Amino acid sequence: MSAIGHQNAPYAPVFTGARKSELDELLTRYPTKMAALLPALWIVQEERGWVSSEGMAEVADLLELTPAYVKGVVSFYTMYHQHPVAKHLIQVCTTSPCNVCGAEDVVKALLKHTACGELGVPSPDGRYQVIEVECLGACGFNTPLMVNEKFIESVTPETVPELLASLS
Amino acid sequence: MGFPHKPHARETLVLSRHFGEQSAIGLDGWRKRGGYVALEKALRMEPAEIVQIVKDSGLRGRGGAGFPTGMKWSFMKPGDGKPHYLCCNADESEPGTFKDREIMRWTPHSLVEGCAIGAYAIGAEVAYVYIRGEYTEALDKMNAACREAYAAGILGTNAMGTGKTVHVYVHKGAGAYICGEETALMNSLEGRRGNPRIKPPFPAASGLFGQPTTINNVETLVAVPHILVNGADWYKQFGRAENPKSTGTKLFSVCGNIAKPGNYEVAMGFPFKDFLYELCGGPLKGRNFRAIIPGGISVPIQTREEAENSPMDYEGFVANGTMLGSGGVIVIDDAQNLVKQIARAARFFAHESCAQCTQCREGTAWTTKILERIVAGDGTHEDLDTLLEIADNMTGKTICVLSDSCATPVVSGINKFRGDFEALIRKKRVHMVPAQVA
Ligand SMILES: Cc1cc2nc3c(=O)[nH]c(=O)nc-3n(C[C@H](O)[C@H](O)[C@H](O)COP(=O)(O)O)c2cc1C
Ligand code: SF4
Ligand code: FES
Repeated sequence: MSAIGHQNAPYAPVFTGARKSELDELLTRYPTKMAALLPALWIVQEERGWVSSEGMAEVADLLELTPAYVKGVVSFYTMYHQHPVAKHLIQVCTTSPCNVCGAEDVVKALLKHTACGELGVPSPDGRYQVIEVECLGACGFNTPLMVNEKFIESVTPETVPELLASLS
Repeated sequence: MGFPHKPHARETLVLSRHFGEQSAIGLDGWRKRGGYVALEKALRMEPAEIVQIVKDSGLRGRGGAGFPTGMKWSFMKPGDGKPHYLCCNADESEPGTFKDREIMRWTPHSLVEGCAIGAYAIGAEVAYVYIRGEYTEALDKMNAACREAYAAGILGTNAMGTGKTVHVYVHKGAGAYICGEETALMNSLEGRRGNPRIKPPFPAASGLFGQPTTINNVETLVAVPHILVNGADWYKQFGRAENPKSTGTKLFSVCGNIAKPGNYEVAMGFPFKDFLYELCGGPLKGRNFRAIIPGGISVPIQTREEAENSPMDYEGFVANGTMLGSGGVIVIDDAQNLVKQIARAARFFAHESCAQCTQCREGTAWTTKILERIVAGDGTHEDLDTLLEIADNMTGKTICVLSDSCATPVVSGINKFRGDFEALIRKKRVHMVPAQVA
């Protein structure tokens, strides 16, 4: 296992109980099992915070795919984390429409106030990680960002401390 | 912000009429506003009749290409014995565009209804709404709306008591701009990497799961219930009398350096100048508009003069050197480094290329590298020729048009704002001083 601190823990399957029923219901929506792959990976990430090789293998088994195939799909999409991420993963849009409205200043303020210092590098306390992402589809609400699954609009360098304080 | 603005008197509110009304989000509130009347009517009509009305209305796709919707639907042949599918494209990731998000967040039932009618009209029992993974609020609202619609018997195997089967399922994407391209979307839905497919076969012949499929944008589908209730002629009244090819209302997302960003709904053909200055409040204090991209970052950049001359419809924008695209208006003012923003746009495409085609994979990367070098002050005059040459190699030669889209802002940028590029090149250019002969 690659997650630090989990070396000896045996893998506990994600798809048991309610999560298994959820997958079974999903499978009724599509004519192929493969079509449930993205939703199944979402379930893994919701449960574990990221998608490990074991998670991929479990999904592969349930959907009658190979682990290598599943990994190929996982790596195509930017939202699946193939490694554990900090408690608060902050994704800031810096694409042109946000860029002209000062998104880079928001990034700078975040790197400073989280003490991350650099993009992608977790903060010394392990709480934060800041990355730049492409258009979040909220270009009129400068600057939009996501903290894990939560969408936050209209962030400015001035509101960054307040935003960080609101995160538990 | 986060809340829609108070509508301007010159807006024409059809699709966005109930934006901002909390009580419109749930089923009861939506029904009070006339929700599902159109579906009830549609399910009692012949699919071909619905297709004809949509054809007559002149509705064209709002996802970018502007293909006539009724004609697209008529390619599907109900009763051919094959399962048909409708895909609603809610991947909205074209920079500058955020209208589908507002539709789903404020009026999710309008989309459920639009999908149900669309599915029935093309002989499909299942519609999938493919929503980008980042749209967590839209996903929640759409999931809740579907649950309500099933519980109320609107969807299911006996839709609205007619004995007909209509399913609408929400499918969550996972972060990839390219999945907005229709064939990539189908691959993604099937549980594959989101690589666009070579066409033909076109989706109407062999699409999702190899079956006849239609893909429509969110805004296209939500217009359909209004057309069914009010008629094709009612829809056609919105538009310029001299241009019958663009009808109806259109949501424009406005962002960048402008006083009042947001979503605005106007009749097709609305004067872009009035739109920018009256509705959206004009430039920020003490600044001027410099460049405007009216249809998402993939369409050619307009100068301010070109923009001020454009009527806001498919033909009006083309006549002024650009395209309506997705209706994502990006405004860049005179305080910006335009070349830096074009470089940032190129970086977007380099990041989002699915990397199947050499011209796109390499071209987007080279273009970004050269542009960033120019922005850093290390550009040469030859770089501009190289950029145009690469752009030429990236246009019309790949599986999908993402490659062309990357070339577009570069070519239109260099053609219309060459001085900006040259100023950066000259600024830091170190001239060689001929060695003095001793
Ligand atoms: C690279 C690329 C990205 C696209 N992204 C979107 C998108 O996010 N949303 C959308 O509706 N259409 C998008 N399109 C257009 C779709 O391929 C398709 O034409 C459209 O969804 C059809 O719906 P319509 O006829 O209702 O416009 C994209 C096209 C390309 C080439
Ligand atoms: S043009 Fe680019 S994005 Fe489109 S299929 Fe080719 S490599 Fe992929
Ligand atoms: S460019 Fe930032 S959200 Fe679209």
